[in-house]
Amino acid sequence: MREKIIIGLAVFAGALLAWNMNTIFNGLPDELNQGAIYRIIYFHVPANILGMTGFGLGMILSIGYLVTKDLRYDALAASVTEVSLVFASIGLATGSIWARIIWGVWWAWDVRLTSWLVCWLIFGGYLMLRRAVDEPNQRARFAAVVSILGSVNAYISYKSIEWWNTQHPQPVLSIRNGGGMAAGMEAPIWWNLLALACFSTILVMVRMRQESVAREIDTLRRMAHAQ
Amino acid sequence: MFLRQVWTIMAKDLHSELRTKEAWNASIAFSVVILLLFSWAFDPSSDQVREFSGGLLWMTYTFAAALVLNRSFAREVQNDCLDALIASPVSSSALFVGKALANFALLLAVEIFSLPFFVLFYNVPWTADRCLPMLLVMALGTWALTVIGTLFSALTVNLKLRELMVPMLVYPMMIPALIAAITVTTNLLAGNPLGLGVRLLVAFDIIFTSLAVVFVDTVLVG
Repeated sequence: MREKIIIGLAVFAGALLAWNMNTIFNGLPDELNQGAIYRIIYFHVPANILGMTGFGLGMILSIGYLVTKDLRYDALAASVTEVSLVFASIGLATGSIWARIIWGVWWAWDVRLTSWLVCWLIFGGYLMLRRAVDEPNQRARFAAVVSILGSVNAYISYKSIEWWNTQHPQPVLSIRNGGGMAAGMEAPIWWNLLALACFSTILVMVRMRQESVAREIDTLRRMAHAQ
Repeated sequence: MFLRQVWTIMAKDLHSELRTKEAWNASIAFSVVILLLFSWAFDPSSDQVREFSGGLLWMTYTFAAALVLNRSFAREVQNDCLDALIASPVSSSALFVGKALANFALLLAVEIFSLPFFVLFYNVPWTADRCLPMLLVMALGTWALTVIGTLFSALTVNLKLRELMVPMLVYPMMIPALIAAITVTTNLLAGNPLGLGVRLLVAFDIIFTSLAVVFVDTVLVG
């Protein structure tokens, strides 16, 4: 059943992404001031939205683990955080490429960029921490605490473009009172978000499978040692 | 009851530190040497230095803090003191607050001791009316470092990759507070208004102190 869902999602996401690419590269005109490079927003924004919501979801799942002590919550939190870190990396990389063309530099130390890089480091540390602890319950507890503390920074990063006058563009999406894009130009962002969300769901499902297999192997190893 | 427990833990930590002076000596020597080394990295008498003097000062404080904070729980591992502390009727939050206060007092003392060296070496124009705001910024910034550092000291106490966790987790967690402390200090030394940083520091202190007090039991006991 799991394989069927994964294949179904992959086919849907692949088709949606192909159709969307066609709209982005063939259907939409260049932006008036930025030219062709503005198209990077169709990957930059969805990737970062997935990264940010993923870290938030990881926090909720971590709280779920602390309340129930069910290790499945921990496995899901770890999978979601790991996949979110990949999307956060894509967001940072695409942002950097855009900045090179528009600002003339690869990186600027403004609040948004810095706080997001800090988040990236913290959740990178979260994954390192998971490798450093062997006992599953202790690992889950420690990871949950780091995830919750790290999410405070993710929220600061989310709000930073409203709280500070950053070099990073202010909100442009209509849901964040931006309304800075024409409707036809904004729609592909949401379609891409849906496609990438499907891909991230696939990755989380694969990762979850690895987690449960790893736990099974661990249990068997312990049993073998006990005999 | 809670306050008495906090007081007992704090007094215990400060007593043992005063007897050995290990963390004190290490962090004082470290901060003075770092200030000395920085002076070779650039020309300390140039006007430009004033623009990033806040950053220099807080870099020094952060590295010195890591020395003190890392040992906070690690020194309880010997003779199973940590297990005894956890098993004692003292609650985890009292243990944490007591240790954090002891670290805070120690760090603030180290910072106040090394501040004159900084003013002296880097030719910082100093007036008496700057003492009180500087002390306030140091207290707010140091509490932020202490809360994060002490919580992670508890978290990493038994880990095999403890040294790796400091740069990977502790410093990134501290960065928002550090940025605020650095901008406020630079403004203060340049004679400008302090700006938003103080509010950010207060908010950081409140949020992370509450989170740390809530979660320290999870970290220590489970």
